[in-house]
Amino acid sequence: MANAKEIKTVLFGPVFANNPIALQVLGICSALAVTTKMDKALVMCIALTLVTAFSNFFISLIRNHIPSSVRIIVQMTIIASLVIVVDQLLKAFAYDVAKELSVFVGLIITNCIVMGRAEAFAMKSAPGISFLDGIGNGLGYSAVLMTVAFIRELGGSGTLFGVEVMPLVKDGGWYQPMGLLLMPPSAFIIIAGLIWLLRTYRTEQVEKA
Amino acid sequence: MSSNNDSISKTLIVVISLCLVCAVIVSTAAVQLRPQQTANKLLDSQKNVLAVTGLLSGSDVQQLYNKHIEERFVDLDTGSFVEKPANYDYRKFMKDPAQSVRLSGDEDLASIKSRANIAPVYLAYNNGVESGELSAIVLPIHGYGLWSTMHAFLALGADGTTIQGLNYYEQGETAGLGGEVQNPKWVAQFEGKKLLDQSGAPAIKVVKPGNASADSAFEVDGLSGATLTSNGVQHTFDFWAGAKGFAPFLAKVRDGALNNG
Repeated sequence: MANAKEIKTVLFGPVFANNPIALQVLGICSALAVTTKMDKALVMCIALTLVTAFSNFFISLIRNHIPSSVRIIVQMTIIASLVIVVDQLLKAFAYDVAKELSVFVGLIITNCIVMGRAEAFAMKSAPGISFLDGIGNGLGYSAVLMTVAFIRELGGSGTLFGVEVMPLVKDGGWYQPMGLLLMPPSAFIIIAGLIWLLRTYRTEQVEKA
Repeated sequence: MSSNNDSISKTLIVVISLCLVCAVIVSTAAVQLRPQQTANKLLDSQKNVLAVTGLLSGSDVQQLYNKHIEERFVDLDTGSFVEKPANYDYRKFMKDPAQSVRLSGDEDLASIKSRANIAPVYLAYNNGVESGELSAIVLPIHGYGLWSTMHAFLALGADGTTIQGLNYYEQGETAGLGGEVQNPKWVAQFEGKKLLDQSGAPAIKVVKPGNASADSAFEVDGLSGATLTSNGVQHTFDFWAGAKGFAPFLAKVRDGALNNG
């Protein structure tokens, strides 16, 4: 089993050093779709973290028996089953949120992070550390998603987690919301901005031209 | 990795057993959780009906609903009450060719393609169902906005035309722009407006934001930055207040169909 230092790298590395969205540029699709409201983004993050962790775990568990010719399909089967179970659980126990997220929970299946980690990490590593790798990448994804959602919800609707922070002009306040922030393209701009900031700070992430 | 992993028999065994295991897990989850999910759906719909009539207070939705709301079923073509059909599910019936009518291009104002023959209506009694004093009639309406079908409940007074409340409870419009159809401050504009004009024709007009005249009985402001969603709301009202919608039923309401229960 891995030592403490390795665990730390696997768990917290993806948050800044090896962020799945900022460095690997995976999972952008859902980062655009569910970041207009922070509460939505939070549930999406939790769901994705759980799915990545458990899919990594189960795939790693049977990694020595997966025929390499059909490994992608085997991974997809496991991921899809987990996503359906998460979707069913949400519908049963967090109905309001499930209604808000609607199709995006199902779309975790196509989230490149889950698949990417299964293929890149879980196929070669032991179950325990794979599970942590899933959690770590989920955290990295969450960090970016929550930051984007924070900017978009605050700037676009003047609220955070649905609580009014800046009263809007149309409700008699002073803040004229920025409509662009609520549209999907704004997430592209914000994510690009985050990647730029991150790479200015950590120059080793800059790709050679 | 051992090389015999790629033999045909090993491949088949792994794939088939994996599929079996996954299938069992998924179906167990689906079957075990279904009662809970159905209960959630029902509770959610009851909550929305109560919310639009302003009766929602406190947390015991079920009890409030049973006390104040009576669910009836209306044949939309004739406007008369009918018995609840077997296996009734409004969402399923509106798409089932045997239980719905297809709408032709000119009829399909709200872009919903087909309409169920029988729709539920909810009669609200502020003093409890036994009192028999009808306070509101709640109609389910839906129509296409910019991205999504928007579902709402519309509460009318006992006269069948004065709007008491509107509640968009399901939509997938752009959050913050079209999604503001759910904003209580926006839907509050509809309160007190008249759904129908003197002749019984659909009369609600969603106008450009800021242009609704305060003393008009029919005009409401559209949503700023969401013209297509506002148009969708307009079309939804045009359709459901019209002849293919609830107009026959509302005509009967005005003639006193609800006076003797």
